This record gives sequence, C-alpha cells and structure tokens, in this order.
Amino acid sequence: MRRTLALLLLALPASAQDRRSGFEDMARETQAMQRDDMQNPGMLWVAEGEERFNRDCTSCHTEASMRGVAARYPAWDEATGAPIDLAGRISACVERHQRATPPARESQALLALTAYVAHQSRGLPISRPTDPRLAPALAQGRALYGERRGQLDLSCVQCHDDNAGRRLAGSVIPQAHPTGYPLYRLEWQGLGSLQRRLRGCMTGVRSEPFAYGAAEYVALEIFLNDRAAGMAIETPAVRP
Amino acid sequence: MAILALLLLIPSARADEAPLTATPGDATRGRAIVADRTRGLCLLCHSGPIPEERFQGNLAPPLDGAGLRWTAAELRLRLVDGKRLNPDSIMPSYYRTEGLHRVAPAQRGRPILAAQEIEDVIAYLLTLREEPPR
Ligand code: HEC
Ligand code: HEC
Repeated sequence: MRRTLALLLLALPASAQDRRSGFEDMARETQAMQRDDMQNPGMLWVAEGEERFNRDCTSCHTEASMRGVAARYPAWDEATGAPIDLAGRISACVERHQRATPPARESQALLALTAYVAHQSRGLPISRPTDPRLAPALAQGRALYGERRGQLDLSCVQCHDDNAGRRLAGSVIPQAHPTGYPLYRLEWQGLGSLQRRLRGCMTGVRSEPFAYGAAEYVALEIFLNDRAAGMAIETPAVRP
Repeated sequence: MAILALLLLIPSARADEAPLTATPGDATRGRAIVADRTRGLCLLCHSGPIPEERFQGNLAPPLDGAGLRWTAAELRLRLVDGKRLNPDSIMPSYYRTEGLHRVAPAQRGRPILAAQEIEDVIAYLLTLREEPPR
C-alpha cells in the first residue's frame, strides 16, 4: 500500500505539485519589504496611480469598480477583436475615451495606473481564462512557453518547469507565476511590468525579444494566468 | 537489442572529434573562460573548483573530476554540440549556429565560444582530476 502510494506520488506530473509564488523563494528581508506597505517601494507607484485615477478616470469609473479587474485580464477587446492586457486596456481607455495620447508601455504614468488598478485586486485569485475567444491566444502562449529560443537554445519550460527551485548561478529559478505585476525589482531599482520581466528572460537566453505590446506577450500572459489560476494577486510585489 | 540500437545512434566520440584548431588549448585561459559568467556561462549551471566565484549553479553535474571521467575528444563533443548525445539537454551547444530560433541580432550566426576558446576550456577541464567535495 505504502509502496503504491509512493509510486503514485512519483508519477504525478510537475503541474500537480504545489505551486509557489516567487515570493516564497525570497530572502526574509525581501518578503518583509513586500508585506509592509510602509516599506514596499511599489506603493509609491500605487499612490501616484491613485492620484492619476482620481483626476483622469473617475468620470467613467469608481475605485470600487476596479476591484477584481486585474484578476480577469488579459480579456477580449471587442474594438480590436484581439486579447488585451490590463496596461493595454488602460492605454486604450485614455486614447478612446479621453482622446489623449495614450501613455507608452513602461512609462511612469502607465506603470502607476496599472499598479493602482491591479492593487485593487490584491489577495483575489487569478481567474482561469475561460472566454472561448481567448483560446487561440492561450494555445499560442503555451507554444511560446515550450519553444526553445536564442543562442542558448532554452525554453521557458526547461527553466521554470524542469528546473524550478534549483539555482541558476545565484538565483533560485521561480515557477514563473505572474502574480505580482507590475512589481518592484531590486535589480531594476524601479517598478516594471510582466512584459519587462519576460523580455529579461528572453534576452537572458540571447534571443530577440518581441517589441513591447506585442501580441506574443499577451498570449504568454494568458497562458501563465491559466497555469497560475487560483493563486492570489500580490501587486505590487517585490522581487530580487 | 534496443540498447544496442541506441548505442549505435550515439555518434562516435573518437574519430570525428579532432581538435578544432592547430594551437593546443591553454588551461589558464580556459579556466578564465569557465569562470566568466558572460563568456563561458558554465557556472550559471555547473559548480566547479573555482572558489573565488561565489553563486555557482546547481542545474548540472559539478565540473570537478571532468578530466577523470572524459577524454579530450569526449569533452569536445559535449561542448561543440552535446545535443548530439542528449537532444533534450539544457546545456547549450557552444559551437553550433544552425537550427536555432530567434537568436538576438548581436549573436546571430556566431557560436557561443570561438574554436580556440573551446580548446582552452577542454585543456582546463582535463586538469580537473579530483571528484567534487561531498
Ligand atoms: C535560463 C533560465 C530561464 C529561462 C529559459 C527563462 N527564465 Fe524566467 N526566470 C528565470 C530566473 C532565474 C528568474 C528569477 C529572476 C531572477 O532572479 O533573475 C525568472 C523569472 C521569471 C518570472 C517572474 C516570476 C516572479 O515571481 O515574479 C516570470 C513570469 C518568468 N521568468 C517567465 C519566463 C518565460 C515566460 C520564459 C520564456 C519566454 C522564461 N521565463 C524563460 C530563468 C529563466
Ligand atoms: C544551461 C545549463 C548549462 C550550461 C550553461 C553549461 N552546461 Fe555543461 N551540462 C549541463 C547539463 C544539464 C549537463 C548534464 C548532461 C546533459 O544533460 O546533457 C552538462 C554536462 C556537462 C559535462 C559532462 C558532465 C559529467 O561529468 O558528466 C561537462 C564536462 C560540461 N557540461 C561542461 C560544461 C562547460 C565547460 C560549460 C561552459 C563552457 C558548460 N558545461 C555549460 C548544463 C549546462
């Protein structure tokens, strides 16, 4: 009986094992920095986002209506007939409804607004992308995740599924859950988006990253959310 | 029988793995390449007897003792294109430029290490004749 159980456990695929946020692998001091809003540098962006929201967005939205939004993005965008991520949605709102120049990807304004909106979902579970219109992007994201790339010829799977928890030089390889974005990274000395993180991994294997805003990143995010469905949103997280 | 067939599929590591250059490898230069995370990259995944480099990886077997386990030709095969032995390996092929996807423009068409650098790394690995500390 024991033995069958042990065998069964061995046979379980990696995905059935415990999912861990990158938070769990961090040093205690870095965890404390994320937990305490007074210490968490990401809260500066959230505060700036709140100011911008109250100034530019409250003609259409309330703060309360922002709760849960980040948990169900990327979502289908009727206007373009394509999936759109949260930053893309905020940008599109500025362009379509305010008739203003949309803030650029990774600009202070867009990071602050995205951090503020995502922060309203802190603690909520990421929902599984079940909208059938997202299915092709989900499949594309899964394929991108499994594809070897770059001069080092490595795929996301090889690091984040096959070798998660081991050390790549000094860094513990996390399971790549997108729970904390935008987040404050000590190495960046600033706030950055999931797309910035993904570009980091792509250039790390010496591959050509996609341009900011590319559909490939949205597809990867949909796949990562499917993989992380049910895990709690941490925005703004802190990472080494 | 199946095992025999598999063995036959493994390319011979003898005849076809002659040195890549006429100049013999230099172990001192090889050590510097292995230690350099932006050139050899070896310590991202492996550990080795290079105590001044902290934060060595543990995705791969230690390099200690490599010179006991392998001949120069076997090491060359593993560095040039170890995927000929194990197509699923995460170890990059250091002297192969075809069959890669979306290589960054700065590295496109170039191998990770030059021929002489590979010979230097092999010369260094052959000096590693002690098993890893337990
Ligand atoms: C060679 C190994 C490697 C490959 C290949 C790789 N990553 Fe990563 N990734 C890392 C490491 C290491 C980190 C942790 C950050 C650090 O310390 O640099 C990380 C961090 C991440 C994170 C952040 C997790 C968090 O907790 O915030 C995500 C998401 C991620 N990677 C996704 C991907 C995707 C998607 C791909 C493929 C396009 C990919 N990675 C390819 C090594 C890799
Ligand atoms: C991205 C990870 C990675 C990098 C970078 C890497 N290796 Fe490896 N290496 C491996 C893995 C994993 C193995 C185990 C066999 C396999 O899976 O192919 C291995 C196997 C080896 C072996 C045979 C090990 C043994 O004794 O059984 C040698 C020798 C070796 N590597 C040398 C090097 C050298 C020298 C470098 C740098 C120039 C290097 N490797 C870079 C991952 C890596």
